[in-house]
Amino acid sequence: MTSPSDAPGGTKTPQVAFRDARTLADPVFEVGGLSVFYGDHEAVRDVNMTIGRQQITAMIGPSGCGKSTVIRCFNRMNDLIPTARVAGKISYHDEDLYGREVDPIEVRRRIGMVFQKPNPFPKSIYDNIAYGPRVSGFKGNLDDLVEETLTHAALWDEVKDKLKTSALSLSGGQQQRLCIARTIAVEPEVILMDEPCSALDPIATAKIEDLMERLSREFTIIVVTHNMQQAARVSHRTAFFTADVDDKGERHGRLVEYDETIRIFEHPADQRTEDYISGRFG
Amino acid sequence: MTSDVIPRAPAAGAPETRRLKGRGTPLRERFFHLSLLASLAVGVIFLVALLAYVVVEGWPRLDSRIWSNFPDIINPANAGAQSAIMGTIWIIGFTALYCLPTGILTAIYLEEYADPLRWYNRAIEINIQNLAAVPSIVYGILGLGIISRGLGFGQTVMTAALTLSLLVLPIVIISSREAIRAVPRSIRDASLALGATQWQTVRRQVLPAAVPGMATGAILALSRAIGEAAPLLLLGGLTFITFNPTGAQSAFTVLPIQIFNWISQSRAEFTALASAAIVVLLVILLAMNSLAIWLRNRYARRW
Repeated sequence: MTSPSDAPGGTKTPQVAFRDARTLADPVFEVGGLSVFYGDHEAVRDVNMTIGRQQITAMIGPSGCGKSTVIRCFNRMNDLIPTARVAGKISYHDEDLYGREVDPIEVRRRIGMVFQKPNPFPKSIYDNIAYGPRVSGFKGNLDDLVEETLTHAALWDEVKDKLKTSALSLSGGQQQRLCIARTIAVEPEVILMDEPCSALDPIATAKIEDLMERLSREFTIIVVTHNMQQAARVSHRTAFFTADVDDKGERHGRLVEYDETIRIFEHPADQRTEDYISGRFG
Repeated sequence: MTSDVIPRAPAAGAPETRRLKGRGTPLRERFFHLSLLASLAVGVIFLVALLAYVVVEGWPRLDSRIWSNFPDIINPANAGAQSAIMGTIWIIGFTALYCLPTGILTAIYLEEYADPLRWYNRAIEINIQNLAAVPSIVYGILGLGIISRGLGFGQTVMTAALTLSLLVLPIVIISSREAIRAVPRSIRDASLALGATQWQTVRRQVLPAAVPGMATGAILALSRAIGEAAPLLLLGGLTFITFNPTGAQSAFTVLPIQIFNWISQSRAEFTALASAAIVVLLVILLAMNSLAIWLRNRYARRW
């Protein structure tokens, strides 16, 4: 016999200690009228948002609402998809990210990314961390850098005795934390995370969330997540995306609401946000 | 409330306990299984029969003479295939030198750099697929007309190696592309997201991960080249050469041509000699395949 609260559709947001939103006065990104096309298809339409420094911005919404597409615009990963085209503007510290003289390689050194599935290189733990610094011509002491980085990512104690073993021998959660460590080894300003916990169990997820919280003191983090609880727990601000279906059955993602996380979860301005977070849809 | 509970009791009318005993393997399953084994047997039986026949036939001549002596038309007891063995090694060496870098670089371009939406890249792709199906004799004609006469390389190791390179290039390209494509997209994304350039990503992530597959493809391609006689006959691979090649400019013969020559002789001793030479050719092939497996394991073990 199941209790009513376990029944699907009846999920209620439990009490969460929301984090205080910080100021947007010193923005890292300013997004204006951003649209992303795959071929002729407009996957995301007219997104406007400002991302603040050293805080965690969560992007939530149902599948196909374009949140992953949007996050991939911030470090120009969409450039790698031949048919993808970006319209509108993203400024990074007042510099047009898609300006003609901007080198995407330089962009990605400042704006790192962690992916949905842990994707360590098939190399040793040490080499995974050292890869980013090596390709960008790091001249200092790599051993020190690797230790510092792993300590920073709270992984040093777990791996210090097996730095030379394959990263693929780690558990999924450790692999993902290694990927985060690998990203901060190049000292970016921003870390983009595209559903970083969707392949992990709750314990590994909790560790990643702890790490994110700690890293947000130094880094600006944008995280796409399917898990609304996660957005509520870790983020300062939350953006809710949804998809409109047009007459031809094509889906166009759009930003519905973007505000302090506590407002999104407790007093959403838009009915669609309300429906989504209360589990009535999506 | 009860509707939430997944019903555990069997639906009405079903037997109370399920039977665990099967009714034996169905006839269709067995037939399928047998036909699999039969198909496997065809290949294995013919291969074993061929090997056995060749070894038995060549046994009297399988001694050091086969690689220490040169061909001798008058006295078969004195004849050996040293010039052909050395010719084969020289030509395969040069073929590898020409076709592997060209093929692998082409594959990298097509997989990593070419925009698949451009018509010319698609045209190149179709072309390569078709080239793999062109009969080898046509490459012989090409080699004769362009490389040997047109470019003036003459009937040399160089001409032969260039022609065989063209012949196996599509195989190298196709197999290298497959090896490159097998490297997951996520590895490239990870590298690029760390600020690596495309070249760094290819050089440090994609190629090392693709080496095992490329090595296998390369060996397959060279194995095809090593067994070719037809284009080399056209190019003037001579059947009677009593000296070893000394470089790219030498005249040459190769094992398949030498075998072809001996088999067409009427005396039985020469037929035995041909069998012995076939065994030598097979041993070289086996050695190459072992090298490929060794390379693959060596690189695979690193991670």
